[in-house]
Amino acid sequence: MKRHTIDFERPLHELEDKINELEKASCDGEVKMEKEVERLRKKMEKMRKNIYSNLNRWQRVQLARHPNRPYTLDYINYISNDFIELKGDRNFREDESIIAGIGHWQDLSVVIIGHQKGRGTRQNLMRNFGMPHPEGYRKALRVMKLAEKFNLPVITLIDTPGAYPGDKAEERGQSSAIAENLSFMAALKVPIVAVVIGEGGSGGALALGVADRIFMLQNSIYSVISPEGCASILYRDASHAPEAADAMKITAQDLLEHNVIDKIIDEPLGGAHNNPEGVAQNISQIVYDAIIELNGMTPEARIEARIDKYMKIGRWIEE
Amino acid sequence: MPDWFKRTTDGLQPKTRKSIPDGVWIKCESCSESLFKKELERNLSVCPKCGNHFRISSNEYIEILLDEGSVDEHDAGLKSTDILKFKDSIKYSDRIVKYTRKSGFKDAIRCFSGSMDGILVQLAVMDFAFMGGSVGSVVGEKFCRAVLRAVEAPCPMVAVSCSGGMRMQEGIFSLMQMAKSSAILTKLSAIKQPYISILTNPTTGGTTASFAMLGDINIAEPGALIGFAGPRVIKQTIGQDLPEGFQSSDFVMEHGFMDMIVERKELKKRIVTLLGLLDGRSSS
Repeated sequence: MKRHTIDFERPLHELEDKINELEKASCDGEVKMEKEVERLRKKMEKMRKNIYSNLNRWQRVQLARHPNRPYTLDYINYISNDFIELKGDRNFREDESIIAGIGHWQDLSVVIIGHQKGRGTRQNLMRNFGMPHPEGYRKALRVMKLAEKFNLPVITLIDTPGAYPGDKAEERGQSSAIAENLSFMAALKVPIVAVVIGEGGSGGALALGVADRIFMLQNSIYSVISPEGCASILYRDASHAPEAADAMKITAQDLLEHNVIDKIIDEPLGGAHNNPEGVAQNISQIVYDAIIELNGMTPEARIEARIDKYMKIGRWIEE
Repeated sequence: MPDWFKRTTDGLQPKTRKSIPDGVWIKCESCSESLFKKELERNLSVCPKCGNHFRISSNEYIEILLDEGSVDEHDAGLKSTDILKFKDSIKYSDRIVKYTRKSGFKDAIRCFSGSMDGILVQLAVMDFAFMGGSVGSVVGEKFCRAVLRAVEAPCPMVAVSCSGGMRMQEGIFSLMQMAKSSAILTKLSAIKQPYISILTNPTTGGTTASFAMLGDINIAEPGALIGFAGPRVIKQTIGQDLPEGFQSSDFVMEHGFMDMIVERKELKKRIVTLLGLLDGRSSS
């Protein structure tokens, strides 16, 4: 995949290029510069650590949206070697911005559902940039019903800018589709675990996100409205998105601090795209352990605990 | 020179202007008819000429829906707090104070127990006057408590939605109220008590995408704007103007998401009839 540079990564990538050049020159035997290369490498590692260990919220947003970031299908391919995709909502059409299917997750048969973004224009048009229409959510719903019928745990991977805000989506009942999913997931009889792997965009993310356990990747975000949307309403200018990201506190770290999620899954320095397989292994193990734990409960106890967990979310003053 | 241009009598001068007290007449925003305010109120704030339903406050819905003398308000003391230290043009904490003063309520929903023609119900009514009926922690919590009271009673739950969606100032806490309210409704469903959802103008965003759309029966008031995304956002997305009546009550019913559109003055009667029919015991 082509390297993609986010503005704050520029000094790092420039240094990397310089080192590569020097190395090439050194190899060609023109001049010997091992020492200089060695020195620059150390400098680069220091710089890398420095940049990526002090990310601000907007920089995390940029990493969550990184074009090379692994998507749902990438993780599925690493984690499940026999995944079979199930298409269609049995009602209107197949929505390719959501992937759903069955497969093995380590030694467990599971249902996996996730938003799917595309890489490049052609794929992104097919995937509608990971923004589902109602039929995407209805496909997810009917596959969750299948999971319940055959007693398979459900794992969802969340990565969407939001539910598609278009006229056809309205006509076909975007709000109703999301609401039905929230309701069904709340009382789902099998264990359900959600992982935010990139963008958790509002109701469109939540429609796959009502779960017994919610995990977020280290550089993922989850918010009530996109930073741009919030900025254009409250600051009347979408370019204030970085401030909106700060104001809404949308990073995995923020959500853990507010007890909205259960755990953060580590990414390598620089983001998940630097080691997709490693991140997939992390996801695989943490989700697996959660399901084993949840399998120890009765369905009734699980549902009760799930609803209770949401009942506790919120802060108010009572006079 | 005679003073020709000077008026010698003041016979044509306007006398003291008849003063019309402010707010006696109201112009209908739909048909532009001038309406006598008292008469409009007697007609439940529905234009007698064109049927336009003016937005009304929670107080008026209580009067319209609940039997006189049966009304008991719950959780009126719950108020919002600035969890995130959120600040845009003004601080969220100041905004809360401002809207509390402006609306007279502590947040955008009010919850009651009461009876409708003798049938005990829990009623939750949203009030647009408080931050555009936006849903944050307090709205979510009060809604859930009302549902739990209905489960406890047990009795039906009725909700009147009027909301622009989730409250940005409470960030993820607002979003999670969608899950919270939808989750608690499954408990009412499990004990087979009806939930009647009434959608008024406007009901949009996360409110529609959670408890407002989850009624066993979904009822829209005439002429309401009901949808997920707002018209401006949709226009921006598709790059074209929207047809007349897009996302109106009629539109949403035609597309299959409302059971019926009911005029305000018929609302109570219709709900009472429905509750009677849904109560399986009444047929035995």
